[in-house]
Amino acid sequence: MTPRERKGLFAGLGFTSLWIIGLAVFTGYPVVASLYFSFCDYSILKAPVWIGLENYRHLVHDELFWKSLRNTLFYAGLAVPLGTVVSLALAVLLNQEVRGRTLFRTIFYLPSIVPVVASAMLWLWIFNGEYGLLNAALKPFLAVVGLTPPAWLADPNWAKPALVIMSLWGTGNAMVIFLAGLQNVPKELYEAAAIDGATGWRRFWHVTLPMIAPVIYFNVIISLIGALQVFTQAFIMSEAANGNGNGSDGNPARSTLFYTIYLFSTAFYDLRMGYASAMAYVLFVVIAVLTWLATRLSRERLAQFE
Amino acid sequence: MSPLRRRSPFPRILLYAVLLAASVAFVAPFAWMIVTSLKPVEQAMSLPPDWIPREYDAVIAGRRVEVTKDYELRQAGEVVEMTAGEDAGRRVFLSAHQLAAGAGPWRVVHSVAPGWWHVTERLGEGRGAEPPRWDIVPPEAITSRVRLRWVNYPDALARLGGDTGGDDPAARLGRVSFWVFLGNSLTVCLLGVAGTVLSNAIVAYGFARLKWRGRDAFFAVTLATMMVPFPVLMVPLYGVFRGFGWIGTLLPLWVPAFFGSAFNIFLMRQFFRTIPEELSEAARIDGCSEWRIFWRIVLPLSKPVLATAALLHFLYAWNDFMAPLLYLTRKSTYTLSLALQSYESQTGGVQWHYLMAASAVTVLPVVVLFFFTQKVFIQGIATTGSKG
Repeated sequence: MTPRERKGLFAGLGFTSLWIIGLAVFTGYPVVASLYFSFCDYSILKAPVWIGLENYRHLVHDELFWKSLRNTLFYAGLAVPLGTVVSLALAVLLNQEVRGRTLFRTIFYLPSIVPVVASAMLWLWIFNGEYGLLNAALKPFLAVVGLTPPAWLADPNWAKPALVIMSLWGTGNAMVIFLAGLQNVPKELYEAAAIDGATGWRRFWHVTLPMIAPVIYFNVIISLIGALQVFTQAFIMSEAANGNGNGSDGNPARSTLFYTIYLFSTAFYDLRMGYASAMAYVLFVVIAVLTWLATRLSRERLAQFE
Repeated sequence: MSPLRRRSPFPRILLYAVLLAASVAFVAPFAWMIVTSLKPVEQAMSLPPDWIPREYDAVIAGRRVEVTKDYELRQAGEVVEMTAGEDAGRRVFLSAHQLAAGAGPWRVVHSVAPGWWHVTERLGEGRGAEPPRWDIVPPEAITSRVRLRWVNYPDALARLGGDTGGDDPAARLGRVSFWVFLGNSLTVCLLGVAGTVLSNAIVAYGFARLKWRGRDAFFAVTLATMMVPFPVLMVPLYGVFRGFGWIGTLLPLWVPAFFGSAFNIFLMRQFFRTIPEELSEAARIDGCSEWRIFWRIVLPLSKPVLATAALLHFLYAWNDFMAPLLYLTRKSTYTLSLALQSYESQTGGVQWHYLMAASAVTVLPVVVLFFFTQKVFIQGIATTGSKG
């Protein structure tokens, strides 16, 4: 190493030293320790005891584990596609020449920065089966066809869809990203498409969509990773809507026992931290595989368009 | 504009109709929060929902007073006053059926028709233990006017800290002022913002503007850590903070911000790379140290990205719930979000007017922040998305 190179290395390490410490203490060590704990019997009160694959073997037979996994996939399977469609649709509408675009954009964006705790309280109130705004609005319409609205968060069949509806309200962040992507599509492409006679839907399908495909892909991945870790709103709302428990029960009837909630309560209420670490690593693998799959699929799709 | 625009895929009217409908759907929850927060609780829970907070007035015992509308009577009867026995002087409602059943020692005050309302005097401050007076009056005798009950806000904030209005010394113990929660939230947010801006800028400079062996591999590792979900880190991280003796303090919520975060390093690196290299080269020839180049040249040119990172971190820290839930043990260290959830879970969530008022107070700072920094916000979000 020449003195010049050595000087460069020192400068580089010097500037990144804070991050070297941060990475080691707040990410590196936890990632490794978590993997180790997943093979141990561990509560924070005593030193970990190596038990090999016992935690993972246990997971396979743990009904609540599977239940929480199914709940989470159900939620993500609804929330991610619906969120993408709604935010993309809003972005496409705002990308037209509309008056008051800034105002509309603000209206759609604002809910996404509301603290989750506050929006959970708000939607708890809106979803209230008896006095809630949503059911008051639905009742007259449903009465025409002889139906009554569900009790939402207090009904095992409707608690997850309710959380999905709430997530759609906070979809403004993705909309802003899509809108920026749409505005980056070169105008010449639309002009060329117009000369070729492509209009409306065809233009959207063959010009707009391929051009913003990378942005969509990015968003789907990010929101998928987020949806698989859904925690706060379910933690608050399931407890509050059902009157008892401590939020980690996934009431009603464990219909909102999401993966992270089960993990959290296993680790910090039951103090079975080794088992929780095994769950965390399963989640890690699921997220990694899904991300990899999505990357591959979208690459193929992108290649098709090119 | 061009003929192109006129061939827009959406007819104009339809476009605006859809946008307006969507706007109503997005605004209604906010509006309902504010409306509810300005009502007395029984109006919050009235059916059908009323979009206007009101004051109801009726004449009780010869005086026009503010009342609560309790319920509508379905049957006819009479309001009577007992004239003998323990209940002498007490007024009760007897239905026609009960009246027919027997003639007690009472005096008829007035008769009641179906559809009349039971109303109770709303007690003002300082009425003590005196029972509120009530009556049953025809609906047209009740007048209403718009009244926004701002007093719900201080009341709600006091309740957030456990003040239920009583003077019981036991209840007063362990009571925490709203300002303490606000202070905790601001501490976590502002120190976190300072740490985020400072540490990530320094680190990102090392990745963006210096050439050194291992830099690109290290940067790849940095990016890869963004994939790690928080639950994977949660348990050992708790152990780390416990080892430091930080559990029950605000430290775990802001100290890590001073040691960089992968996302912000990435964000700032992208920006730093767009600053012309010639500026640095010229300064180096003049004998400037790297630190001076960073501090005097690159940093002043990077205000937009610093502002974006600062805003995003403020939002993140203000909205965070899981970390405070994990690390904060005593009420006096709670952040506003955690205090709100804790209040809700203690009261069982039936005091909707207070819950909505406290929620609105939690939302207000981010909304105000948004309106003052809208441009930075929108551009920041847009760039984080398109550069990923």
